[in-house]
Amino acid sequence: MAQPRTLFEKVWERHLVAPQTDDSPAVLYIDLHLVHEVTSPQAFTTLRERGLKVRRPDRTVGTMDHSTPTTPRDVPIADAQAAAQIAQMEKNCADFGIPLYALGSEHQGIVHVIGPERGLTQPGMTIVCGDSHTSTHGAFGALAFGIGTSEVGHVLATQCLLQNKPKTMAVRVEGTLKHGVSAKDIILALIAKIGVGGGTGYVLEYCGSAIRALSMEERMTICNMSIEGGARAGMIAPDETTFAYIEGRPHAPKGEAWERAVADWRTLPTDEGATFDAEVFIDADALEPMITYGTNPGMGMPITGMIPDPAAISDPSQRETLIKALAYMDLQPNVPLLGHKIDVVFLGSCTNSRISDLRIGAALIKGRKVASNVRMMVVPGSQQVKRQAEAEGLHEIFKAAGAEWREAGCSMCIAMNGDQLQPGEYAVSTSNRNFEGRQGKGGRTFLASPLTAVASAINGCVTDPREMLELA
Amino acid sequence: MEAIKPFSSRLVVLPTENIDTDQIIPARFLKTTSAQGLGDSLFYDWRYDAEGKPRPEFILNQPQAQGVQILLAGHNFGAGSSREHAVWALTGFGFRAVISTYFADIFRNNALKNGLLPIQVDAETHRQLLSLAQEDPESHIRVDLEAQHIVLPDGRAVTFPIDGFARRCLLDGVDQLGYLLNMADQIAAYEAAYPQRVDTLSA
Repeated sequence: MAQPRTLFEKVWERHLVAPQTDDSPAVLYIDLHLVHEVTSPQAFTTLRERGLKVRRPDRTVGTMDHSTPTTPRDVPIADAQAAAQIAQMEKNCADFGIPLYALGSEHQGIVHVIGPERGLTQPGMTIVCGDSHTSTHGAFGALAFGIGTSEVGHVLATQCLLQNKPKTMAVRVEGTLKHGVSAKDIILALIAKIGVGGGTGYVLEYCGSAIRALSMEERMTICNMSIEGGARAGMIAPDETTFAYIEGRPHAPKGEAWERAVADWRTLPTDEGATFDAEVFIDADALEPMITYGTNPGMGMPITGMIPDPAAISDPSQRETLIKALAYMDLQPNVPLLGHKIDVVFLGSCTNSRISDLRIGAALIKGRKVASNVRMMVVPGSQQVKRQAEAEGLHEIFKAAGAEWREAGCSMCIAMNGDQLQPGEYAVSTSNRNFEGRQGKGGRTFLASPLTAVASAINGCVTDPREMLELA
Repeated sequence: MEAIKPFSSRLVVLPTENIDTDQIIPARFLKTTSAQGLGDSLFYDWRYDAEGKPRPEFILNQPQAQGVQILLAGHNFGAGSSREHAVWALTGFGFRAVISTYFADIFRNNALKNGLLPIQVDAETHRQLLSLAQEDPESHIRVDLEAQHIVLPDGRAVTFPIDGFARRCLLDGVDQLGYLLNMADQIAAYEAAYPQRVDTLSA
């Protein structure tokens, strides 16, 4: 009998153009290359300088999301540099024959929202993008990871990457999430446990009963933040939930091809007896809503917890790092974060901007108001999500509560598109990074789930959403 | 790409752990379409105040940082975003190597493609280098990629791990794209053997 293999190993082995040797990395074939305006222009420059073509424009797709404003599309782009970058993206895709969901397209949106939404993301594929949150697509049982701009050039020119085989880590999440606890809380708890470097060098596979119970959008939230634990990729075995999500989408196989594809996808899950290089366990029953207090995603705690005390940390370097983080956040140790006043709530990003996130937010805020001290921004992940939400009337619920309803894009997650915090402001954000200045120079970010973010918007301070769910 | 020869430099020290690529270069400087000129934006929000004036207390603004080619940084350097701009900002400033006890994956890959050496050392060596830089800021570290080691002022050589293929490319001044382009026949054979998964030009 063949050696039992993990999901990752099966996908890896199928894509070897040349295996790894002592002298050279493996040459890995890439099924789908997603391209956006910020990390690609220098790669196209390299192609032009060397007289190269894009090898497979039919396995490449472009969108605009990072420097793209979320203001109404008929308003000219205020930032000349962003406008030039967006224009360059249009030219690059036109010159090299790459399909592009440009600004104004009905399919434009955050690259990691539109791939799955269009049915481009499928089990067993290799998917890359010049963006670290490419790990999102691993929710479908694809091997998907972020690359730098040099590698964007490699894939454009050859559809291949030079890769050393990573190690594997199983993340077993067993049990049932309590009311008010969500997929975002699972991943924030994992990163708090392993730290921001704990997954470096590994591909994670999320498994266990709590993972199986999640919807595809929830699975995407989890895989999305694999990189915040240092892992370039996170994967989830495809199952009926996966197939039901993909079926009927524009790029999904049809008819007999669909039957063949599903039969193949059923062979992908990790074999019984396959081994991982490392294993982590999370007890879903014990999880609470999570929130971060510091300046990296590993600085997270249950929302009812106390901000940790640097004095309790023995390692001098880790102590210094926490002291620096609390100074930046202007927070004191040994006090709760609950009740801390906030200025902004951001519901959006490739982590939490899909229709289910907006439905959860709208259900909680319906009939309530955003607190007068808070600016709340709701930014759908794609134009398709936006249309769907509007068809369901969610935009009216958000607007009636006093929230802003914007166009699709990365928005305040990356703060290079006009949406940003002011220095010193506090935000509860559904995005993925709380680094210094990430959401605007001097801005301070608490990462949390959509439920926690919306509950906090209503109260004007960090709030445990379970209080409100009981009232509802 | 230029072949990497041995070089010696003083150290500039940033001991903070988990320095992420948003600190190395904030996102608002990523609206460029060029890889040039990013050295001016390196560590921008740590280096300059709200008015854009240099913060005198920040290490890169101090006289001893000028002309230095080696950054000694805390654990897990380069975490976060995949932006290669972080590497271009470091090389644009003049750095040719970063020494840390740990590097984030994507940063390490990006560095190796731009001739910036990610030199991983053990915690004890890291501590020694930190105290060396504090006690004798003029002391030089020699970096030798061929020998795959750094040499401390007392003559002690410390080997560092580096991907063998990337090392060969850097020593020969060969870029990895050229290597992949030479595999066109094997790539075509793979494409012929495996059916296309999705066609982005359809639908």
